Amino acid sequence: MAKATKDVIYGLYNDEEVLMNAVKVANSKHLEIMEVFTPFPVHGLDPLLGFEESRLHIGGFIYGGLGTLTAFLGMTWIFTKDWPVIFGGKPYWSVPAFIPITFELTVLFAAIGMVVTFYIINGMGPGIKLPILDNRITDDKFCIAFDKSTVDASTAESFLKETGAEEIDSKII
Amino acid sequence: MSAPVSLIREPLVTGSKTYHQITEDLVSPTEKAPGTLWVMAFSVAAILATFGVFCIAWTIWFGIGSWNLNRTIGWGWDITNFVWWIGIGHAGTLISAILLLFRQKWRTGVNRAAEAMTIFAVMCAALFPGIHVGRAWVVFYFFPYPNTRGPLWPNFNSPLLWDLFAISTYFTVSLLFWYTGLVPDFATVRDRAKGIRKKIYHFLSFGWNGSAKHWQRWESISLVLAGLATPLVLSVHTIVSFDFATSVIPGWHTTIFPPYFVAGAIFSGFAMVLTLMIITRKILNLQDYITIAHIESMNKVILVTGTIVGVAYLTELFVAWYSGYVYEQFAFFNRALGPYWWSYFGMMFCNVISPQFFWSRKIRRNIVWTFFLSIVVNIGMWFERFVIIATTLARDYLPSSWSFYIPTWVEIGIFTGTIGIFFVLYLIFVRVAPVVAIAEVKSILKSSGDQYSGGHGHHHHHEETTSTENH
Repeated sequence: MAKATKDVIYGLYNDEEVLMNAVKVANSKHLEIMEVFTPFPVHGLDPLLGFEESRLHIGGFIYGGLGTLTAFLGMTWIFTKDWPVIFGGKPYWSVPAFIPITFELTVLFAAIGMVVTFYIINGMGPGIKLPILDNRITDDKFCIAFDKSTVDASTAESFLKETGAEEIDSKII
Repeated sequence: MSAPVSLIREPLVTGSKTYHQITEDLVSPTEKAPGTLWVMAFSVAAILATFGVFCIAWTIWFGIGSWNLNRTIGWGWDITNFVWWIGIGHAGTLISAILLLFRQKWRTGVNRAAEAMTIFAVMCAALFPGIHVGRAWVVFYFFPYPNTRGPLWPNFNSPLLWDLFAISTYFTVSLLFWYTGLVPDFATVRDRAKGIRKKIYHFLSFGWNGSAKHWQRWESISLVLAGLATPLVLSVHTIVSFDFATSVIPGWHTTIFPPYFVAGAIFSGFAMVLTLMIITRKILNLQDYITIAHIESMNKVILVTGTIVGVAYLTELFVAWYSGYVYEQFAFFNRALGPYWWSYFGMMFCNVISPQFFWSRKIRRNIVWTFFLSIVVNIGMWFERFVIIATTLARDYLPSSWSFYIPTWVEIGIFTGTIGIFFVLYLIFVRVAPVVAIAEVKSILKSSGDQYSGGHGHHHHHEETTSTENH
């Protein structure tokens, strides 16, 4: 599957506070930031970039509910319809005894579902290659990248310089 | 962001680190050839593990008759070891999940290794019921899959089956949580590596590139997984305690078991975390990341949970007396003064008396004392499980069927084998993955690093920052 390439201009900052400040400046100048890359989660950055709260946890709730139903209805069907057996004189449909497994499957489904969703929506997986602008982004560099087709390259460059980027470079990804 | 959280609170990262130094310190152990100490430790662990595998093969080949279990004592070292290992695993989840929910920043120094410990401990634990069932090759009958035997389903009303679900869920969720945390750090290793190492870490890091959106989702998923793992970890040892508590054996049939087992699990788990961390920080030179403050925090947890366990022991004794139920009373009389009296007193001393030393701040902050007491606690918690299981079974309702149990070399070999397997896995882990969560430590550096929180270092930003920085 061929992906459309992007011509990107980016700047590397040395500190997350400088980066946050730069994002604020970019917002006030209405420069459209393509992407920000950081070595660790920077708190307070999401609202500046206009990110809405992640909906992953809603997914988790739905997956968990699916687990609850699978376990509870599964055990109900098995012990009342498919193969009813009396254990210790208890009723076939002995709800309290179903609770532990129902709980465990709720957690199991929610966790597996969320993690799989996380990797799918990130476009990540074993052996997948995503564009890496600089090898030091996973070390100590904070990066702001602009798409040259939406932001004029010279405007972007002067913005990066003014806001304290240590290095500025272009790359086609 | 750089505002110190507290001027009184001890820094969690010492040595005036920069972000780059953190990467250097934490990734370099995976890049160098192993030292002599590592090779020696690995060899010992590998020998134990090999003998353990031999003993497991022996058991499967000749049957459970190669153990000294009998009609009276059906559960011996196997289930003792199973409960012991599962309990040890609990500290990892407590550190990574519960402390995340409580926003305890000191967890970042130890969570990665503690979670690894959880995963390896659960693997060791799961081995025991797997071979104890006798026919290990049909152990998959436990799982409710559509089969050609009817389909005949497992008994969903049985705590032993609940246990299977609890432990497989616990293992899976811990593994997912741990690996998702590792992905950004594998990316850090990848971006420094060359050649075949780069290829391997490229595969392991799933293409992580540090995008802000990915970080947001990563934090969201970490929080929800922590929220899921917290009730999960409590449920796991609760269900393990149901294996005993739902029976009608005097000494087992008690409602105090779930909280008592959970407290004991956290207690033993923290002891094992300390044993491991004290060795790891020394060998890998991580004293700036796993500080005395970390050790002291964990010692406080040991003190609290050890005391809870002590109260539970006394409550059990009181309730046995107060119940007026002669069989219950005998069960406890037998534990303390019967043929296994030494294991009861070992348990009392190691679990109730020894942690009381940690009331002293000096001892809490002393590495030699901590290391010694952590081993004592590990031994004590093993005794506790032995007391509950073998001692109680040895004297049942009928004096004609009373029995005594000592393990065979096969059982001892399997136990030492699991210790070997555990350390083999742990030692491989410290060679291939960053032992301390790199990204998480970086994220707390400005709020908890010594050069920012004052007191130990200068209050300035690291030398790489420029004059354009906004203070």
